Amino acid sequence: MMYFAPWKIASILGGILLALVLAVPSFVPKERLGPAAEWLPWRQIQLGLDLRGGSYLLLEVDMAAVIRERLDNLADGARTRLRGAGIGYTNLGATERAVTLRLTDPSRTPEALRLLRELANPITTGMGAQQPDLEVSAAPDGLVTLALSEPQLREKATQAVQQSIEIIRRRIDETGVVDPLIARQGANRILVQLPGVQDPERIKQLIGKTARMTFHLLDETADVTARTPPPGVMFLEGDRGRGGQPERYAVRRRVEVDGANLTDARAGQNPQTGEWVVNFSFDSIGTRRFAEVTRNNVGRPFAIVLDDKVITAPVIREPITQGRGQISGTFTAASANDLAVLLRAGALPAPLAVVEERTVGPELGADAIRAGMVALAIGFVLVVAWMLLFYGLFGAFAVLALLVNMVLLLAVLSLMEATLTLPGIAGILLTLGMAVDANILINERIREEVGRGRTPLNAMEAGFKRAYATILDSNLTTLFAMAMLYAFGSGPVRGFAVTISVGILCSMFSAIVFVRLVMVQWYRGRRPARLPV
Amino acid sequence: MPLLRLVPDGTKIPFLRGRHLGLALSAVLSLASLMLAIYPGLNWGIDFKGGVVLEVRTLAPADFPAMRAAIAEAGVGGASLQQFGSPAEVLVRMEAQADEAAQQRAVAAVRAALEGAIPGARVVRVEAVGSRVSAELFVAGMTALAMALLAILLYIWFRFEWQFAVGAVVTLVLDVTKAVGFLALTGIEFDLATVAALLTIIGYSVNDKVVVYDRMRENLRKYKTMPLRELMDLSINETLSRTLGTSATTVLTVLPLALLTTGSVEGFAWTMLFGIVVGTSSSIFIASPIVLLLGEHRLRRGVEVQPASFG
Repeated sequence: MMYFAPWKIASILGGILLALVLAVPSFVPKERLGPAAEWLPWRQIQLGLDLRGGSYLLLEVDMAAVIRERLDNLADGARTRLRGAGIGYTNLGATERAVTLRLTDPSRTPEALRLLRELANPITTGMGAQQPDLEVSAAPDGLVTLALSEPQLREKATQAVQQSIEIIRRRIDETGVVDPLIARQGANRILVQLPGVQDPERIKQLIGKTARMTFHLLDETADVTARTPPPGVMFLEGDRGRGGQPERYAVRRRVEVDGANLTDARAGQNPQTGEWVVNFSFDSIGTRRFAEVTRNNVGRPFAIVLDDKVITAPVIREPITQGRGQISGTFTAASANDLAVLLRAGALPAPLAVVEERTVGPELGADAIRAGMVALAIGFVLVVAWMLLFYGLFGAFAVLALLVNMVLLLAVLSLMEATLTLPGIAGILLTLGMAVDANILINERIREEVGRGRTPLNAMEAGFKRAYATILDSNLTTLFAMAMLYAFGSGPVRGFAVTISVGILCSMFSAIVFVRLVMVQWYRGRRPARLPV
Repeated sequence: MPLLRLVPDGTKIPFLRGRHLGLALSAVLSLASLMLAIYPGLNWGIDFKGGVVLEVRTLAPADFPAMRAAIAEAGVGGASLQQFGSPAEVLVRMEAQADEAAQQRAVAAVRAALEGAIPGARVVRVEAVGSRVSAELFVAGMTALAMALLAILLYIWFRFEWQFAVGAVVTLVLDVTKAVGFLALTGIEFDLATVAALLTIIGYSVNDKVVVYDRMRENLRKYKTMPLRELMDLSINETLSRTLGTSATTVLTVLPLALLTTGSVEGFAWTMLFGIVVGTSSSIFIASPIVLLLGEHRLRRGVEVQPASFG
């Protein structure tokens, strides 16, 4: 127990040296290091948003809207197909999870079911098998149900979240934020971290818009003052209604051209009027559809709808076959540019809500770092003083161990590329206090063993051996509590759980192995008759 | 030779003589704490209650009436202002709004109003938590506390005897409830950081108990005929120097944190300091008496306790 083979000594010291090297990238800027930066594994401790300043947003995908849209599409599809086949039905409507209708002639049920089943989209389940996302069933009285089922809804949610993440990333990239972090959280949430962003209002605006653009024909015969629109038509408000009463349009539900077929959108100015506009161009499918519609409807108004608002509804003067167009409205330079960004990035599959926001300005972050570092320094000095006063030379060994513990802790945090938060600094501080606990246990034990009349070497050996089990038990229970904090906590608090857990694990090495090594070497060098305890 | 000695050699304080008084006092304090938590109640932070907090810094000492007027003009109701740190630092709080969208509109409106009306005013921190998220955070926080206690119960049961496990967990519950009472008394915000503090107190306190229990287990093997009460007193005394020493070093590290930081970390640190004091005293006065109550006849029936074998 109290003897170390030379290879052991070498590997312990080598390990500490390695830790020192690994911790370097977190403290020395890359340029200062010169050639060494090339071969070092360049992993750094990251500063949390609470220390460097930045914005944390938690977004929630409105799943109800996703389901509603799918049900609307289903109802639409059912209408078209049944009408096309000349099958009569009544009471077509959507409930929370299903579309229902009643066939007027139940004898045509099999035919209707076959047609309706074609509306299903295949989804890939966890096993890699394909499965329709729809269950179509019929009751003997002709009631037909098209139901979306639970696993399929979950799959739909996953898709919506993944798609949203992709689109949010594209939108945020356009704003020039450096190192944004966008990640899924839970079933229907998306976490967005924007380092350095002090006022996230513009980004929230960009993220918050669904930006689904569609082109529709208007129903010119409909009475826009009616309370309910005729079938297949919806009443939408115009976007220019600032100040006055917003204009009302009778827009046909059928999407003639979809904004998903855009290839580009740029803000520009109309050379004649100086007015801000957004120029866009379509891909080949969009160009063909656009040409077709404009050719067949010359002289009729064509509505551009963005997020259920009619931006503009110009009259088609001539067929547009080049696949290019222009949106004019009441744009400013900024709003034209934002719309162009949104159109380029694509539409979100569902609206997003900001359910949690935490923004910290850089000056507050700098204050927090300063306070944390000063507290760390003072805490360290106080613990060192205490250990020296109460444990003398063995206290000095413990202080050495504390230094080693810090180096190990920083090396591990660097390797993990852990995020350091203000609670994380608190965790390091607490580690300082609790890491010396192992040394206190050992030193007290050795003192007791000396009191029982053991020889110095014997007392040291017994002290380490006895204290070992205690240290293990007591530290493990602390680790349990921290594991729970990590598992159930969120945000900066997790940083606390990480630093304190790593710190405790490192302290088991530094207090037990390293201090024993130091004591053994000291004993072999001095051969004291009495231990200084 | 070390300069100072915390506890002289051969200290023999009969701690267990005061066990009934200690237990009764602890139970009363914990009950009182729970009552304080109900009335006047805890100061719930936005993590658990939902709502908005904006921290504003101004160039000159803050002009509260002008700020109130600006917020009122923005059409946001129910905002309260509070000085925070220096006179040029103001905390604006708002209750949770009807839904997340309304909350976001309120944040944008207040931010714009303050930065527009007060020259040089800067919003340096915004925290807005929707009511659904805050409910989830609360459940998660409470689950973490419960799971930590459960894990500790099982581990100590596995490593010691069930009497020790129950003794430790009951003591921890007594400790944590007192910390909750401390929160209610001081008005420190009850939020995620404070739950982290409660969990750390649990971790710290149980660490202390385990050291004492460990010594009891050892002494049970060593002194096979010593009465349990005497043996516990011996164990507590033998570990007293370590119990106080570790508390001291931990206090020394947390105190600078409490004095130098602001906001939730400050609340964390003060809660932690209180917890260290409570945890240390419960290691001495509470944890062992409970084991004694539970195990007076069982732990010592002429047979030694079967500790899990260890090196």
